Amino acid sequence: MRCMSMADTVAAAIATNRFGLGARPGELARAAPEPRGWLRAQLGGDAPALAGASALESSSAILSQAAKLREAKRQGAKSGAEQGAASRIAQGLGAYYRPLYVAEVRARFTAAVASDRPFVERLVHFWANHFAVSVDKLAVLGVAGAYEREAIRPHVLGRFEDLLFAVERHPAMLLYLDNIQSAGPGSPLARRASAARRRRDPGLNENLAREILELHTLGVNGGYTQADVTGFARMITGWSIGGGQGRLAAGDPGHFRFRAELHEPGAQQLLGKRYAQAGYEQGAAALRDLARHPATADHLAGKLARHFIADDPPAEAIARLATAFRQHDGDLVSVYRALIDSPEAWATPLAKYKTPADYIHSAFRGLDLPPGDQRAGLIAQELLGQRTWSPGSPAGWPDRAADWDGASALLKRIEWAEVVGTRLGDRRDAQRIAPEILGGVLTTDSSRAIARAASGAQAITLLLAAPEFMRR
Amino acid sequence: MNHMTIDRRNFLAATATLPFVSRFAFARAASAPDARFVFILLRGALDGLAAAPPYGDPAYAGLRRELAIAPPGAANGGLRLDGTFALHPNCGFLHECWQARELLVAHAVATPYRERSHFDGQDVLENGGVRPHALATGWLNRALAALPAVARVGAHEARGEAGIALGQNLPLAMRGPAPVASWSPSRLPALDDDTLARITDLYARDPVLSLRLADALAADDVAREASMETAQRAAGARYLEAMRAAGSFLARENGLQVAMLDTTGWDTHANEGGAQGQLATRLGALDAGLRALKEALGAAWPRSVVVLATEFGRTAAVNGTRGTDHGTATVAFVLGGAALGGRMLTDWPGLSRGALYQQRDLAPTLDLRSVLKGVLHDHLRVSSAALDSDVFPGSSMARPAQDLIRA
Repeated sequence: MRCMSMADTVAAAIATNRFGLGARPGELARAAPEPRGWLRAQLGGDAPALAGASALESSSAILSQAAKLREAKRQGAKSGAEQGAASRIAQGLGAYYRPLYVAEVRARFTAAVASDRPFVERLVHFWANHFAVSVDKLAVLGVAGAYEREAIRPHVLGRFEDLLFAVERHPAMLLYLDNIQSAGPGSPLARRASAARRRRDPGLNENLAREILELHTLGVNGGYTQADVTGFARMITGWSIGGGQGRLAAGDPGHFRFRAELHEPGAQQLLGKRYAQAGYEQGAAALRDLARHPATADHLAGKLARHFIADDPPAEAIARLATAFRQHDGDLVSVYRALIDSPEAWATPLAKYKTPADYIHSAFRGLDLPPGDQRAGLIAQELLGQRTWSPGSPAGWPDRAADWDGASALLKRIEWAEVVGTRLGDRRDAQRIAPEILGGVLTTDSSRAIARAASGAQAITLLLAAPEFMRR
Repeated sequence: MNHMTIDRRNFLAATATLPFVSRFAFARAASAPDARFVFILLRGALDGLAAAPPYGDPAYAGLRRELAIAPPGAANGGLRLDGTFALHPNCGFLHECWQARELLVAHAVATPYRERSHFDGQDVLENGGVRPHALATGWLNRALAALPAVARVGAHEARGEAGIALGQNLPLAMRGPAPVASWSPSRLPALDDDTLARITDLYARDPVLSLRLADALAADDVAREASMETAQRAAGARYLEAMRAAGSFLARENGLQVAMLDTTGWDTHANEGGAQGQLATRLGALDAGLRALKEALGAAWPRSVVVLATEFGRTAAVNGTRGTDHGTATVAFVLGGAALGGRMLTDWPGLSRGALYQQRDLAPTLDLRSVLKGVLHDHLRVSSAALDSDVFPGSSMARPAQDLIRA
């Protein structure tokens, strides 16, 4: 190993930990000569496909199969009570979806632990959480992984507008935020239903429209009103997927489908602008404007800065990212480059408390744990409070220390650290590994405690419990 | 329709003539440290018109259509509260509390927040101010900070902790100047003592981590005493473990006084269901959890008040996907042996089109802070001055609701 100065290894530790997923052995040494260049190099080319993705199903294949299952159960249950049939269908879907979910989570975990472009993996996780779906809604359980592979991953090094369209047109998001059946009050379908005096009138569901404005683009202080939410919800009526149930049967299962019969005719207003386009193009025009709106740039800049710099990031850093977003028309790599060039991102002491998921990712990377232990890693993420793709709300996982540094949460990390230490025993030398993965941020206190540990197992536990391993 | 059944002045006039009143009041003030309080946050915007359906309102059935809960007495009908209101049929325990005069149902209630973002709405509900993100601490923590200092017994209490959050991390309502504990069940093996001692040393210079670790260890000891380690989270038993734990923590004499629990999943945009279905199942689990909480509180139940609140309500009408969208006013529950229950707490605005807020939501006629202030003042003995200035800053217009607590 070439000789490195302290300053080099502090910057390298930040590059590999704050921007990455924690150093693998040797990674910090590779980043040290030019930590910023090491990060920039990861942004070249396309985002890497998920290793092993060829063995995973596409969302359209999954949803086609789900539609067949639903139909078979329905046929089988025709004689039974409706209530029983519904719960049998849900059980059947759950049984079909669960192994798909597990396979997806394993592939994602393996990628996070093995990646040599960890900054890009972090960005995939960041955007998947920005555009969160949550698998506690059964309809999403089977396709959450496919969603991340299909809508998020290919676009994290592209333009925000393309990412936004991929997300809002993806079946997982349309299912999660209930847009597939949303119908305009004056849509052909609603008018027919009303003429037939049907009790179950189809109608508007404003969930997706609201969360696009509040969470995905402008932000909650982006200056929109309830009337804007309703107007935008009307514009995206008809944004649906093929192969649904009943009147939504037409089209390819699991593919985006614009359903003109659900779409509200006529011009709509959003943020003071009139949208007179017909059909799909109306919502698309609005979405394009939202992608470019100055409030969107500010909102995204704020979230990126909070994720990579500090819980309450300096205003100058946010402004720098927002400016890059606007000047480069939402080109995300330009924004990431501005982030790398922000001096605030390289400050010590370590300002960010790791999330449970990244705490475990970084332990697996730092200790070079075999991918075969991924099951243990996944169980640990669940125990520590961050089961993959289950933030429980469209706002995604929170991103401040106070959300994760609870007393009970800390104790669980330490208990898990001891399980890992006990399992590894003398097979890892924490005293050698600590400086190799923490570089210049390793404190004398921690390195002394690790050196004086009563056993190899205890040394590993102390390394994983060290304050500088909890933070980044 | 006005269901404010007890008139404050008449109540005082009636009781003032009784010779034991002053003695009684003295006894209560002295026993305030025995009072127990549980706050349960229902994240996602509980549909108040489903949890406590106003079946007697002439507009209700038409607005709710297939989601409407049938009147009491009908098949799958609500559980009768009075001539206007019922409880959801899956809320059997709450109904028992009502019949025992241990449940108050506050309806058409809302925080000061009038937009429709879950996350900002929860922030206002938890920070206790009038705007999202205006305060970085929570009202429940600031209420704890305002509690009279008393001698408490036990590991938490030695550090001045009077409250505990049931969860791995502290929700905003519990963050702030007062020291509080947190606890959640662990399924990992207990730590080796020597390793633990070394980590404690390692954290000596890290004020945050050392405090968190000490808190966690104290909470774990209590939980082990209550031997809850083997409690399993079973389907349909979603809230049982946390409720039992909360009850056990508060049941100890001279111990913690306040617990907070978080629940999620109340955001019912599609296929909400009526007497059965998605929301019904979750309400049933919550009801079972509350029963478990009462059982775990045991002898402390008569000294306990539980408040359940949510960030806002849902649209009065069913939406296009058999669910409801984000709304404004909703329901809150105040229950417990110390609650002066069996009453509706509402100035019911009605559901006619003209009465709805922005022609879509149940209109707010009662400030949730009034309910919370009434409980904190009369039950936990937080002073009026502290309530107006520290706990709910900017709330002097929201007067504390009177007579929520048994005298």
